[in-house]
Amino acid sequence: MSDHKDIDVHSYLAEFDDIPGTRVFTAKRARKGYWLNQFAMSLMKAENRERFKADERAYLDEWDMTEAAKLAVLARDYNAMIDEGGNVYFLSKLFSTDGKSFQFAAGSMTGMTQEEYAEMMLKGGRSPDGVRSIKGGY
Amino acid sequence: MARVTAGLTSSHIPALGAAIQTGTSNNDYWGPVFRGYDWVKEWIAKDENKPDVVVLVYNDHASAFDMNIIPTFAIGCAESFKPADEGWGPRPVPDVVGHPDLAWHIAQCLILEEFDMTIMNQMDVDHGCTVPLSMFFGEPDAWPCKVIPLPVNVVTYPPPSGNRCYKLGQAIKRAVESFPEDLKVQVWGTGGMSHQLQGPRAGLINKDFDLKFIKQLINDPETLRHMPHIEYLRDAGSEGIELVMWLIMRGALGPKVEELYRFYHIPASNTALGVLALEPAA
Ligand SMILES: [Fe+2]
Repeated sequence: MSDHKDIDVHSYLAEFDDIPGTRVFTAKRARKGYWLNQFAMSLMKAENRERFKADERAYLDEWDMTEAAKLAVLARDYNAMIDEGGNVYFLSKLFSTDGKSFQFAAGSMTGMTQEEYAEMMLKGGRSPDGVRSIKGGY
Repeated sequence: MARVTAGLTSSHIPALGAAIQTGTSNNDYWGPVFRGYDWVKEWIAKDENKPDVVVLVYNDHASAFDMNIIPTFAIGCAESFKPADEGWGPRPVPDVVGHPDLAWHIAQCLILEEFDMTIMNQMDVDHGCTVPLSMFFGEPDAWPCKVIPLPVNVVTYPPPSGNRCYKLGQAIKRAVESFPEDLKVQVWGTGGMSHQLQGPRAGLINKDFDLKFIKQLINDPETLRHMPHIEYLRDAGSEGIELVMWLIMRGALGPKVEELYRFYHIPASNTALGVLALEPAA
């Protein structure tokens, strides 16, 4: 008897691309965003937060990040950071350093204003209808 | 002998901690959420229900683990654990006091059962661990019980399957029951419910999914444990995957449970929030 199961990692991963408006933190993204995420982690130390706030560009230049990732950080463009392999839990150290909440950061990625996003959440959030699958359209 | 006496679930979002800290837990927005915890708070404060030890299943949100170390299942075996500084200073809550004897015992049993646990002898605990403690125990000077933090990777893909989590819970139950001291142990599954914190689809909430999940968790975990990740992602949002951790709690309670309490609320910041109190049933 064997516990072996036939798992196809390729189709497991491919399905993730079928979810609208969502970037699953796969190994590929984790590798791409390694330094961006490590930079964000560094902001857990108060002295690093101070240095970052004093001169953001200079602090970013200490990290082996892509220029696109650095510009995304400077612009606080969270969608662009996620495109560069950032993960929201790592990036939370950045918006926490800015004194911003998860709701602020999440809202900023939707194209809605903060008020519109907060209002949508109060009304029960975004419906899953039509945004579960790109191919299936359900 | 030690035994698993109950299982609880709770959200662990940082906004709950912030509401306590800023004294807004009674306002129009947070009041209904906090009142939803009152029943469990009173229940758990009674001597007969108070746990000696909580095995607290949560996920680390890039606090103790950075991109260099990504354990699928870890177990805190230290004497104590400090609240992590997540970017605006550590949460002002007591240190989490561990139970190294039981933690090491569970770790050894789990490894012998072929779960390759990562043993943590030094670890800071983030909101994932400390917010549920605040929600169930309020603001004491010291937490009223020992805590064994059990972080699960649900951030970097692939996280463990629901089935694997359920089996881990079953193995935790066996481990607890072979510990010679007479201890009341609770297992808490935290995180969830439906929510998505990233991308244009952020803000997703799926009440139908959540209520069905709760129902199956209670009555039909044998089906629920086989739900693939893609279904969590499509239906419960990218961060709704945290719900696999509830299956660890459920596995630790045995085949049948009695539901003591349930509370479901939308929204708590970006998330749907679910509180459950379950007891093993004969
Ligand atoms: Fe979480």
